[in-house]
Amino acid sequence: MEPVLISPASFQLFGFIPTVIFSVLLPLVGVGLFTYIMAKRIAPLVKANPDFRFDRPKERILNVLKIWLGQYRHPRYMMAGVLHIIIFFGFLILSVRSTELVIKGISEGFVMPGLGGTLGDIYYFFKDYAATAVFFAVIIAAVRRGIFRPDRYHYPASYGHDHTNEAVFVCLIIATLMVSESLFEAALVAAEIQAGHEATFLAPGTLAWFFKNVLLDNSTESLQTYHIVSYYVHDFTFFFFLCFLPLGKHFHVITSLFNVYFMRLDRGNVRPVRYGVKDEELDDLETFGVKKFSDFTWKDILDFYTCADCGRCADQCPANTVKRPLSPRFISIKGRDYAFSHFPLMGNFVPQELLVGEGGIYSEDEIWSCTTCGACEQECPLGIEYINKIVDLRRGLVDEGNVPQSLQKPLSSLEKRGNPYGKMEKKRADWTKELEGCEVKILDKKTEAQTLYFVDSISSFDERMQNVARATSKILCAVGEDFGILGKEEKDSGNEVKRFGEEMLYQSLKAHNISAIQKSGVKKIVTADPHAYNSLKNEYTDIPPVEHISEVVTKAVASGKLKLKGVTEEEAGKIYTYHDPCYLGRHNGLYDPPRDAIDAIPGIRRVEMHKSRDRSFCCSGGGLMLFYEPEEEERMGVVRVKHAQKAGANVIVTACPFCLVNMEDAIKVAGLEGKMEAIDLGELIAAHIDN
Amino acid sequence: MEILVCVKRVPDTSENEIEINSDGNDIERDDLVYSVNEWDNYAVEEAIQIVDKVGGSVTVVTVGDDESEEVLRREMAMGANNGLLLTDDAFEGSDGKGIATILKAAVEKGKYDLIMTGAQADEGAAQVGGMLAAMLDYPYASLVNMIEPAEGKMKVGREIEGGNQEINEIELPCVLSIQTGINEPRYVGIRGIRKVASVEIPELSASDLGLDAGAVGEGAAKVKRVDYFVPDMGDGAEMLEGSTEEIIAKLIDYLKAKGGLK
Repeated sequence: MEPVLISPASFQLFGFIPTVIFSVLLPLVGVGLFTYIMAKRIAPLVKANPDFRFDRPKERILNVLKIWLGQYRHPRYMMAGVLHIIIFFGFLILSVRSTELVIKGISEGFVMPGLGGTLGDIYYFFKDYAATAVFFAVIIAAVRRGIFRPDRYHYPASYGHDHTNEAVFVCLIIATLMVSESLFEAALVAAEIQAGHEATFLAPGTLAWFFKNVLLDNSTESLQTYHIVSYYVHDFTFFFFLCFLPLGKHFHVITSLFNVYFMRLDRGNVRPVRYGVKDEELDDLETFGVKKFSDFTWKDILDFYTCADCGRCADQCPANTVKRPLSPRFISIKGRDYAFSHFPLMGNFVPQELLVGEGGIYSEDEIWSCTTCGACEQECPLGIEYINKIVDLRRGLVDEGNVPQSLQKPLSSLEKRGNPYGKMEKKRADWTKELEGCEVKILDKKTEAQTLYFVDSISSFDERMQNVARATSKILCAVGEDFGILGKEEKDSGNEVKRFGEEMLYQSLKAHNISAIQKSGVKKIVTADPHAYNSLKNEYTDIPPVEHISEVVTKAVASGKLKLKGVTEEEAGKIYTYHDPCYLGRHNGLYDPPRDAIDAIPGIRRVEMHKSRDRSFCCSGGGLMLFYEPEEEERMGVVRVKHAQKAGANVIVTACPFCLVNMEDAIKVAGLEGKMEAIDLGELIAAHIDN
Repeated sequence: MEILVCVKRVPDTSENEIEINSDGNDIERDDLVYSVNEWDNYAVEEAIQIVDKVGGSVTVVTVGDDESEEVLRREMAMGANNGLLLTDDAFEGSDGKGIATILKAAVEKGKYDLIMTGAQADEGAAQVGGMLAAMLDYPYASLVNMIEPAEGKMKVGREIEGGNQEINEIELPCVLSIQTGINEPRYVGIRGIRKVASVEIPELSASDLGLDAGAVGEGAAKVKRVDYFVPDMGDGAEMLEGSTEEIIAKLIDYLKAKGGLK
């Protein structure tokens, strides 16, 4: 059967120029240019520091299946997420068709291998719906982004031009691809119908089907023109888009698969100062942390390339919410802009200046404003990391002696006294003096116990938080635990020391504690401080297993070792809500034990805040963060207390002494004294012990 | 510019609970932690910044025993180029003038354009800087909070009564005592100190310095501490006692009662 229209592979423009020339040239030039751009883009990755991401392939593939292919994190933002899922799957489906089309321009009978039979029929049926769905999704996306402009995409003038035009432009490119692909086919089918041939089936309701109906009345000549023009519009747009991707925020179309594969697998840790360098060899390193761009690891730069400027991280970031000078989104975008301008497509690499401070792309306040709460990383649909970068930038600042004055005293106290308050070591166990009805052993050469209660600095020294230590001890006594504390031999866990970039001080605190814990001969460790819990569990080595007190309570209630009495009359009128501490929840996945522990109190009424579990809102951070005075419009704690108020609660239960400090302060600042209170989970449980 | 900064090792007031010993002639020194005198830290930072701008080198010097070496290392970790430890049993018990005498001998051993001291020390009497300048017959500016480095003559700012600022021109060589707040001293971590851990720090004794042992030390001291005590509470003074909350509540009551709070 003679084809009713001449295909692009055989068509002759003006009757003598074979269009197949374009069919060959466009891919050649397109792929060539794309290869050149990619080579330039890969250059900074080659020059960057090492990063070990080639381990644990099974887990990494699982991440790819869930986060990349499964688009698991997208529906967390329903509207944008669903649009993205449509476009994403549309792309996956249509990539086969687009490739097929490119080859069809050279060899007209080409069919993608495997698509010749039934599978092909199914594919061609669905790809038309995919194209149609993508078309409408990008139109909605363009309108949403260009006209409604959600706040999330706001771009402070100081950072340059926003990406609205780029976003809308890309939506139009995609729409063009969908329309031209459909039109190409529709013109052919319309011609087939006109000629009375057996026409290719077009799925009803699709773009191709719609165009076919519109084109039915056109002359064969016009249909031939539509057929050829739409083919080359598609071909050109396809290769233009390919080369446009690595120039901006749509680079993620190419990099996302790799970025998700290489994303961090473990939470609650910080990467080593330098991959491949052991702790004991750190002294030999010339420089620490990230000072210049090439001090970043290749994964950091891949992160920068991959950021799609979707703003989810910034929307969840507590620092950004209270208008601190930090938005994780701009850590990435400024990083990418830097990479593009210093590793240009044409010309030589530009010499690198320092990244932080005057003349750099990041400000000092920006880098110190992060509480390492992890909300950004939890949200990013592309697996971009921030904590490692922030800590590495801080390591660079610390190495240059560039530490905010307000942090120098506590750091020096940590070095000399093992706590940030400069209190004397021998007073570390003083909180036990006011404890009645429960004996807390101080573990030394003569005294032994099965379990170590690791108190950490704030609960040891802060007058208010000492009550948390006493409550924790009462619980341990009630469940019959044979336990003790290290007393003056305990030093700060160093969780924040590490996260503030003072690695060597952290190493010395850690080494001291590990040795003290080993000497004590305990079989297990319990703590009520999530920051200590995190460090001991994820970063200390060769020590017994660590439990948070909420786990102890939940288990003891289940086994009947711990009996809790019901709420008092006064408490019965209260509504409780649980605030997830970042280092218990997001970093360690303990969302349920604290809730179960609260719910174990008969008669207690508990509600959830809008932002809870892995979307919990940081109280403003613990450890050294308590000493840092950031620029901000509102306290994070105040925002959080308002969340609780909105949820209808009047008691905030938390399971972290730092959260408690911040909540109690915030209640006062918000003027909610008498209307709202904060209590530690341990205190709440201890008050209901009925053994 | 060659700069000598005189530093002192003192008990860190923010990290110690200072108590008088049972004899009542000194503070309880068990369990104390020491650090560089805060003012000296500002002086060293300023010296480093001057050298960064105009070139030269910074030497830090202290009078003390082996333990004083740690403060020299800390300042060298900050960026001072050389350390100098003036140590001799004969120096023990020196008064301010004795210390100034020792330092003068050290200054004369080198060739310095600028001598800096802290304005005072945590447990000191703010006297060494001025005495040192007088003994050297160098011009002196105290409580300096701004320096514009230059050859021959420099401009220095001084903090004067009521927070006013005064700018002086001073000829080199000179002695300046430095006030806190002149800069933001950089942080020194364990890593910085380890980097300079093996740098040799020369030690000079009384004879190295050409000092007559009788001119310094306890014997030569004309100012002697005869007593050490916490002052009795005077009229109108009251120590508030109790937990922090109770103290705050009492304070607020007082302020309200006296009309300070409405």
